[in-house]
Amino acid sequence: MDFNDTPEEAAFRAEARTWLEQNAKPFEGGGDENTPTFNEAEQLKRGKAWQKKKAEAGYAAITWPKEFGGMGGTPIQSVIYNQEEAKYDVPRGFFTIGLGMCIPTMMSYATKQQLERYVAPALQGEEIWCQLFSEPSAGSDVAGLKTRCVQEGDEWVVNGQKVWTSGAHYSDYGILVARSDPKAPKHKGLTFFFLDMKSQGVEVRPIKQISGASNFNEVYFTDVRIPDSQRLGEIGEGWKVALTTLMHERLAIGGGSGGVDIREIMELAQGLDLEDGPAIANAAVREKIADWYVRSKGLQYTRYRTLTALSKGETPGPESSIGKVVGAPKLQEISSFGMEMEDMGGILVDKADAPLEAAMQESFLWAPGIRIAGGTDEILRNIIAERVLGLPGDIRVDKDVPYDELPSGS
Amino acid sequence: MNFDFSDDQKFLKDQANKFLTEQCPTAVPRGVLEGEGAFDAKLWDGIKEQGWLGVTIPEEFGGLGLGHLELCVIAEEMGRALAPVPFSSTVYLAAEALLLAGSDEQKQTYLPKIASGELIGTFALAEGAKVPTPQSLETKLAGGKLSGTKIPVPDGDVADFAVVAAVTDSAGEASSVALSIVDLTDKGVSREAVKTIDPSRSHAAVTFDGAEADALGAVDAGWSLTRAVFDRAAVLFAFEQVGGADRCLEMAKEYATGRYAFGRQIGSFQAIKHKLADMYIKNQLARSNAYYGAWALSTDAPELPIAAAGARISATEAFDYASKETIQTHGGIGFTWEMDCHLFLRRAKLLSLCVGGARGWKDRLIAALERRNVA
Ligand SMILES: Cc1cc2nc3c(=O)[nH]c(=O)nc-3n(C[C@H](O)[C@H](O)[C@H](O)COP(=O)(O)OP(=O)(O)OC[C@H]3O[C@@H](n4cnc5c(N)ncnc54)[C@H](O)[C@@H]3O)c2cc1C
Repeated sequence: MDFNDTPEEAAFRAEARTWLEQNAKPFEGGGDENTPTFNEAEQLKRGKAWQKKKAEAGYAAITWPKEFGGMGGTPIQSVIYNQEEAKYDVPRGFFTIGLGMCIPTMMSYATKQQLERYVAPALQGEEIWCQLFSEPSAGSDVAGLKTRCVQEGDEWVVNGQKVWTSGAHYSDYGILVARSDPKAPKHKGLTFFFLDMKSQGVEVRPIKQISGASNFNEVYFTDVRIPDSQRLGEIGEGWKVALTTLMHERLAIGGGSGGVDIREIMELAQGLDLEDGPAIANAAVREKIADWYVRSKGLQYTRYRTLTALSKGETPGPESSIGKVVGAPKLQEISSFGMEMEDMGGILVDKADAPLEAAMQESFLWAPGIRIAGGTDEILRNIIAERVLGLPGDIRVDKDVPYDELPSGS
Repeated sequence: MNFDFSDDQKFLKDQANKFLTEQCPTAVPRGVLEGEGAFDAKLWDGIKEQGWLGVTIPEEFGGLGLGHLELCVIAEEMGRALAPVPFSSTVYLAAEALLLAGSDEQKQTYLPKIASGELIGTFALAEGAKVPTPQSLETKLAGGKLSGTKIPVPDGDVADFAVVAAVTDSAGEASSVALSIVDLTDKGVSREAVKTIDPSRSHAAVTFDGAEADALGAVDAGWSLTRAVFDRAAVLFAFEQVGGADRCLEMAKEYATGRYAFGRQIGSFQAIKHKLADMYIKNQLARSNAYYGAWALSTDAPELPIAAAGARISATEAFDYASKETIQTHGGIGFTWEMDCHLFLRRAKLLSLCVGGARGWKDRLIAALERRNVA
């Protein structure tokens, strides 16, 4: 067991540090993409420029093979780079879905020519991708989705509606699951595609979130035509492809949900006074921060265990599945308690009025979404119980029933 | 970075697991719990033969001279098996105190006999139902003699010697606590077993009435040494706690799969599933925090106080949750003397308090974070 960098890791860290010093912008406040005041167009421009720089230096996809424009590096190098990058104010988030979920799905199912066409622009930040899975009547139970696709010659015609599609309003491409056979049981009648978001008949309508910001959208499909060559996987086997995406999703978002954590709550507690003196001297405050600290560190060290397994060429254990189900409620608790420490002033949300530029308030309105996105707390517990602990599955009333005979409540 | 035990250490863990599965089924801690002696002598002899008592003791003092990582993997298995022997008091507390602060002569006197199993040692700090602090301690050291009562002292009824924390003349200041080694068979010592929440591990009230005390470490360093010993022990206890918590999860899982209600396995009810998922989550967090503690302990890293506190808080929470929710998962049968669940509930509580409760560790953790933020 050795917690320090190996000489090779230290050398890589030094290189990354030097590169960041020369290329990245140090922190001086700046917009968070979840606030209503956030200027998305400007951030997107910055984001694309930064992504391009990173891609040229090889840092945009450290673990991808060189043939796809990656660095061919190790997962640990990727963590080291991220640790160093976190010290800079660089735009993040626009490319997580595309590079973390969509393109990896393409890598498993698309043709060589397609990969030659789509991977590089995504990596360079020139094209952004989104994930068109959830629907108004199918989220946790995404295999229950309704959007229809019908084959006509070498094209498919898609009609229906997706919802909660993050980034659809600035995306160039999307991956889509739709129902090709409503007579088959729900998992068996799905087919998977990728499509141009500028296709005729695609309409994107932003949804206003509880914070007032709009990161996600409704996406309507009216007679949208997709070439059969853009089908990923076999007809009726879309669920299998979707599982590949979902597996990548857990890895992509398991790491952290953004927002406030120990550093911020410590800073707040060290700067605020309560009835009986500095907040940090208050026993109740200390106890809570200590509890969050061990959860935060427990997650970090759990990731290190996973990385160690990966770096030895072993399959990581199931412990990597606990990330979001621990991180999201922690974010919610920390932000809420931070506001409580601010007491009557805790309701103030302007950056100028609230401590830490209203970081607690921002996270407070962001955390509820993190507990839902990419698998709810409840679904993640089901997964741990069934897949990790091997407990029996729930009683299923929808198994082997044709999709069009299932009760849907709508 | 390499955040895992080595193959040799994993092999040792497997060996320990095999040995304890055979030699220490729950009937063994239950036997001690039900009054068959202060500890299980046969198991203790077996452990001596395995050489585990000398794992961290240097070869020059008769030990195996391995590192603390080896001791961590053994500790996890000891915790899982609820081993009813004076291992932790001898190895995590007494031997650690000697390794940290002992003079060459003291090390020569005690360590070889600890390694061989001839001597049982312990550490005496607590004085009843209060938080031990330099201000609150009443046991006194004056002119090389000790007076006062320590309770509960782990294995105090069977130990041959104890490291005792006592106040010297100028009470009330941190520097006034001194550690000393005391022969518990000295005529100035009387002791009596006490009842505790977990009778599978014996404890005593030990009264010193002018007992001969051999100073351990500098006279004014007693309190910081106590904290240093407890930081080290906390990591080792965290591994015991993780072992116990994992065993609880296995018991709950097994029962939830085999027990039927309302025409189905109770493990198919989400209330039970989510409870077990939460156990798994807490156990994994505790294990990861304990690994960090193990790294800090084995490398003597300056992060040890933070790492030890993190390991202790996380492991205490995990074992506490797992031990009580395993009973809940078992329903009525879980509340009976015959089922093993209560052995784990008892051990979880014992371990959660043995080097001080989580509340104090949380306070110290934040203090360390404050110092780090300032530095
Ligand atoms: C910020 C954000 C971004 C998102 N981005 C995307 C995106 O880019 N692309 C995309 O396709 N989707 C996206 N989603 C959608 C997300 O995946 C779904 O919201 C999520 O899977 C839950 O589905 P639902 O909203 O339909 O809720 P439902 O599935 O209706 O769940 C409602 C409640 O019922 C519970 N529940 C449901 N089934 C079970 C069960 N079997 N056991 C126990 N409890 C259950 C849930 O846990 C939840 O509490 C995003 C969501 C959010 C909040």
